[in-house]
Amino acid sequence: MAATPLLELRGVNKSFGPVQVLHDVGLDVYPGEVTALVGDNGAGKSTMVKCIAGIYTIDAGTVTYEGRKVAIHSPRDASALGIEVVYQDLALCDNLDIVQNMFLGREKMSGVVLDEPTMEQMAGDTLAGLSVRTVKSLRQLVASLSGGQRQTVAIAKAVLWNSKVVILDEPTAALGVAQTAQVLELVRRLADNGLGVVLISHNMNDVFAVSDRIAALYLGRMAAQVKATDVTHSQVVELITAGRSGNLGLPSESSNGNGYADITPSGDER
Amino acid sequence: MSTTTTPAETGKPEVAKPTAASHLNAYWRRVRGGDIGSLPAILGLIVLCLIFGSARETFVSALNFANLFSQSAQVIFIAMGLVFVLLLGEIDLSAGFASGVCGAIMAILLADHGWPWWGAIPAAMLTGVVIGFMLGLLVAKLGIPSFVVTLAAFLGFQGVLLRLLGGGKNISINNSFVLKLANSNLSVTMSWIMVIVAVLGYAAVQFNQIRSRASRGLVTDPLGIVLMRIGGLAVLLVVATAVLTHERSINPAINSVRGVPIVAPIIAVFLIIWTFVLGRTRYGRHVYAVGGNSEAARRAGIPVDRIRISVFVIGSFMASIGGILIVSRANSVDPNTGGSNILLYSVGAAVIGGTSLFGGKGKVINAVIGGAVIAVIDNGMTLMGYAAGTKYIVTGLILLVAASVDALSRRRAASSGAR
Repeated sequence: MAATPLLELRGVNKSFGPVQVLHDVGLDVYPGEVTALVGDNGAGKSTMVKCIAGIYTIDAGTVTYEGRKVAIHSPRDASALGIEVVYQDLALCDNLDIVQNMFLGREKMSGVVLDEPTMEQMAGDTLAGLSVRTVKSLRQLVASLSGGQRQTVAIAKAVLWNSKVVILDEPTAALGVAQTAQVLELVRRLADNGLGVVLISHNMNDVFAVSDRIAALYLGRMAAQVKATDVTHSQVVELITAGRSGNLGLPSESSNGNGYADITPSGDER
Repeated sequence: MSTTTTPAETGKPEVAKPTAASHLNAYWRRVRGGDIGSLPAILGLIVLCLIFGSARETFVSALNFANLFSQSAQVIFIAMGLVFVLLLGEIDLSAGFASGVCGAIMAILLADHGWPWWGAIPAAMLTGVVIGFMLGLLVAKLGIPSFVVTLAAFLGFQGVLLRLLGGGKNISINNSFVLKLANSNLSVTMSWIMVIVAVLGYAAVQFNQIRSRASRGLVTDPLGIVLMRIGGLAVLLVVATAVLTHERSINPAINSVRGVPIVAPIIAVFLIIWTFVLGRTRYGRHVYAVGGNSEAARRAGIPVDRIRISVFVIGSFMASIGGILIVSRANSVDPNTGGSNILLYSVGAAVIGGTSLFGGKGKVINAVIGGAVIAVIDNGMTLMGYAAGTKYIVTGLILLVAASVDALSRRRAASSGAR
């Protein structure tokens, strides 16, 4: 286990007009580990992911990647760094096939012409590397795939680029039991291959099944970031619903010195 | 990730080498699943030709066949441009009058300012590009629905055309090069050379594709199917050219009329260029992606706004070429050039050919096939002596049928999981 985080967020703020969604949020992502990002609806998980992915720009705070400060202004910046996001709503084009989707926005070219054979070969190798056997043809339209297969394609798309951090937004939300197990297995395999994985999930079973660390967001603040082995199921639920659990989490009235609970109480009043 | 080079036996999807029969089977399954493409239009075209051909002998004459090209050229060109706009789920209602404005600019430069054709034609094309850029900018950057933007432009360009023509006069052109574009034919030798080049070129592309895929151990289309495609194209072109190289002048001694109309290779060149752009380049892939799911495209780092602007530019550019050809065919431009039913015929051509009104699905060839259907209806019904009213009703009904096929195949695709 590496001692230094691959991706490090400190004091990140994000507002949409008068609504402040993220308050001084911090997050560490380590290589070879699955970090679960949990929180109730509206806690700011998706916003945080979009900030990392460059879809939103952060208002304040720092992002450190592999030890140096970086500024991420667009999805291209994020992918250039090696950060890939698999979105909840998948972000696949139904009218394109698997290969076309996996290379979308980063097509391999030979001259001005798309290099289809190379792309098809690389897509096949990547799926093989992830031990995906469920896809019949690489040239079938994504629209004809099942939910689990679509999720697999989306994840394979994210790892195709020698990426170092993969963020998965609710990858199992719409899946059946068997497909969920498949996708979780895939998530674990990504981390075992040395990637830093961030898993956003509502499902505590999924979280405890694969994650090494758990980061809990509560109303836009990072309540706690702990090792999965150090907490129980119910402690995590308390962190999600109340923002604290025993001496973990956000302070009640006075600060209890938790590193992640750096709040300025008047900051969001307006 | 470092595991992308893992040996294939760990689970690379193994696909059996398809035979001609399994290929046809797969095609039939796709059709039944709602992915029908141009099939209804091609069937419709055959049926219409049989009906008109049996009712009026003149319909199948070489002269009439040649006429179909120049009659449908403007609609086909506007429709080819509209395919790009429709692929994004947008619409361009101003394309008809945009083509009229571009044609008028060419005519004015030629007739009133004495410009040579090589100045006037690019000027008309540039006008098309500028028009498309403005439309695209309003749609993409201001976020006005394209229906409204182009409806406003439809009215506006109608006015621009009237003003350009000084309140409604008719400008004639006598530039021989421009007049030849829509009214002359290739020589018989040249016609056959074009056919040979086209068939050999198509075969070369097909075999090259097979070779490059096979050399990497990827699945290729069965040889029988490829030969069938090449053979089909060859038969179609040879028969058409054989008919067109027949003497079709009423009095050959005075004025011999033989050969493929020049518009046919012009259509073919643009068809090939745009098919290449849509199918084989990064830009084309991005157009489909934005049409299929613009949010996914944006997250993939595709400049969605620029793509949106560019399709309007292509749409109006193609409309300008349509305008040049219609002015060439009529020898003049008047306030109704590109007006009346041209635009609706063009949208109809794209949709009848199989381009989806919902975006993300369509090919440039759809515009040509759909344009042929429209031209055949128009031409055939005129020959049979129907009134204009009846023609419009029938064309309208056929467009409605095409749109229903599009909507139904979408529903069917949704239920069969194939989109």
